[in-house]
Amino acid sequence: MSSRGEILDRIRSAVGGVATDKMRKANVERRLKRHPVGILPWTYKNNDQVITQFTVKAKKADSTVERCKSADVSKAIVRFLKKHNLPAACRIGADRKLKNLLKGQEAVLEITHGPNDGSQLTGVSCALGAAAETGTLFLVSGKDNPTTLNFLSENHIVVIHKKDILKHQEDLWVRLRRKYGAGKLPRTVNLITGPSRSADIEQTLILGAHGPQRLHIIVVMN
Amino acid sequence: MEIKSPQFKKNAKAALADEQLQKALSHVRSKFIEKRATAVRELDCFNELRDNAVAIKKHTIKHLDLYLERFEEKVLEQGGQVHWAATARDARGQVLDICRKIAAKTVTKGKSMISEEIGLNEFLEVNDVTPIETDLGEYIIQLRGEHPSHIIAPAVHLNMDQIREDFREHHTELPEDRSLEEPISLLQEARGILREKFLGADVGITGANFLIAETGTSVIVTNEGNGDLTQTLPRIHIVLASIEKVVPTLEDTSQILRVLARSATGQEMSVYTTLSSGPKRGDDPDGPDEFHVVLLDNGRSSMLGTEFEDMLRCIRCGACMNHCPVYHAVGGHAYGWVYPGPMGSVLSPSLAGIENTGHLPNASTFCGRCESVCPMRIPLPKMMRHWREREFELHLSPASQRRNLKLWAWFAKRPKYYRLFSRLSHLALKMLAGKSGRISFLPLAGGWTRFRDMPGPEPKTFMQAWQDRSTRDQPQ
Repeated sequence: MSSRGEILDRIRSAVGGVATDKMRKANVERRLKRHPVGILPWTYKNNDQVITQFTVKAKKADSTVERCKSADVSKAIVRFLKKHNLPAACRIGADRKLKNLLKGQEAVLEITHGPNDGSQLTGVSCALGAAAETGTLFLVSGKDNPTTLNFLSENHIVVIHKKDILKHQEDLWVRLRRKYGAGKLPRTVNLITGPSRSADIEQTLILGAHGPQRLHIIVVMN
Repeated sequence: MEIKSPQFKKNAKAALADEQLQKALSHVRSKFIEKRATAVRELDCFNELRDNAVAIKKHTIKHLDLYLERFEEKVLEQGGQVHWAATARDARGQVLDICRKIAAKTVTKGKSMISEEIGLNEFLEVNDVTPIETDLGEYIIQLRGEHPSHIIAPAVHLNMDQIREDFREHHTELPEDRSLEEPISLLQEARGILREKFLGADVGITGANFLIAETGTSVIVTNEGNGDLTQTLPRIHIVLASIEKVVPTLEDTSQILRVLARSATGQEMSVYTTLSSGPKRGDDPDGPDEFHVVLLDNGRSSMLGTEFEDMLRCIRCGACMNHCPVYHAVGGHAYGWVYPGPMGSVLSPSLAGIENTGHLPNASTFCGRCESVCPMRIPLPKMMRHWREREFELHLSPASQRRNLKLWAWFAKRPKYYRLFSRLSHLALKMLAGKSGRISFLPLAGGWTRFRDMPGPEPKTFMQAWQDRSTRDQPQ
């Protein structure tokens, strides 16, 4: 018998046998269809609290966060690069929202397009959303925001609109289902909470392991 | 990996005398415990989340066959492939076949305990495929030819000066006079070397923290970003996962994620939680061309329906070993196989056989801390007791132990003699304790009293105290 049949048979006979199959199948279908929400930590009184929680938690995870108007996003990027002594250049994908935000800034900021092949110092992405509970960004793969920008850039700047900051992870699952269809996801969904790090040497935390050393989040307020 | 668990006693003795190891272990004792405690305190509903996480896993295990089938269906739907492996050997073979199809020379690897369990690195090496561990801790121990001593902090048994020496010895292409004084310089050196490996690898292999049935997704939870580079850059991504990693839905994943990082490193969320569903899509500028999942059983399905079924809830957070006084004292290598600490003492006999892993269920003081911190509320001490029973039934425990147990059983079946014996030993202990109330030498228990005094006995034996109480409580 194939490994597949062998494994499934062994499981089936241990968890109830064929007799219970019908009932168990119904249970599984029900759970997958309803995907019940479990326990959600923390309650929020208003949207301001959600943004505040996001900011506090993101900073706790060593991200830097700033709020600005949509017209000032490119200025914020330039300021960040200058502060860290980095060239005024960045790599972005094909995200239209992001392109619009950076339009007309070519004089102060050199923008190239496409995935990062390891030679680009700074990548800028647009997040699909964020979960305030832990200051976590949700990014999805595709030509708009190539995954390599999230990991091969030494400095990762993520732009997010304040209305996309939601309370819990579960709110993002709802959004993903609406956008991509039930039971479907983009190739990669990256939940990112802070810049990369390691504590493998004597349990000492060091920022900037294999991924970005800095994660800067720009929250667009209008 | 050769199983050295039967030599636990010998291994433990050597570990206790190892100064470097003892120094390194002090970090486990202090940092892990404190960080978890803070993270748990700061969440208002940690215990409710634990209960729900347990319920999710219990439900999944009762429907494991069906969720695995659904997971497979969804992976195939999005162009991925699923390989079922009943044994470690099957899994190794499947991975090698995939590598051979594209004549792969190098394989980058994210952290995977399953890979250790099936001995993948050694197998790939003899078949001319070079495996490169990319998690910093794993990279360090690969240089040293060692195995992980902790499931989430593989190099926790090492100190900085040892790592510095390893880097100088192996990275000979770098200038000899470079400074490696700070941990950051070690990290940057490894980052630079591994960056080239990431970009040049043919295949990337990662483990999985979860498999989501709803969407056919594998999930890895990491901090360094090496797992993501491992699976994004090469042409092929292989996921190694054991069958109990499946969970029903995205919502269920979130519930368990909330207890995972807090229990493991004390983070509220690990830096990277990555959901992967199939290979590169039409408009993807990056990502792998092929996506394979190797589903490993290797003894797990045989745990279903037994007293060890609850162990299949384990999410490999490492909290049990971080809080274990035995682990603190001897470290992970003493346990002699892939999985150390309390979870290993339960899981290793299930996977490798109690006859090969003798002594592991005895490597516990039964203080119960492991169970009290386990996010999945796995009754680890109870299961170690079950293994001790099996060990006894199979005549695997040492002859002296069996003789003493038989002697005890003889007395236990004869209450009159039992009481007489306990009265006598009570008297003897009292005499030994003398005025100080402490016993500094006890015949037959020299190993115990060599390092500490034993307190003298209470004034009365239990039976005497019980009788006094019964007479006192009776109505006059």
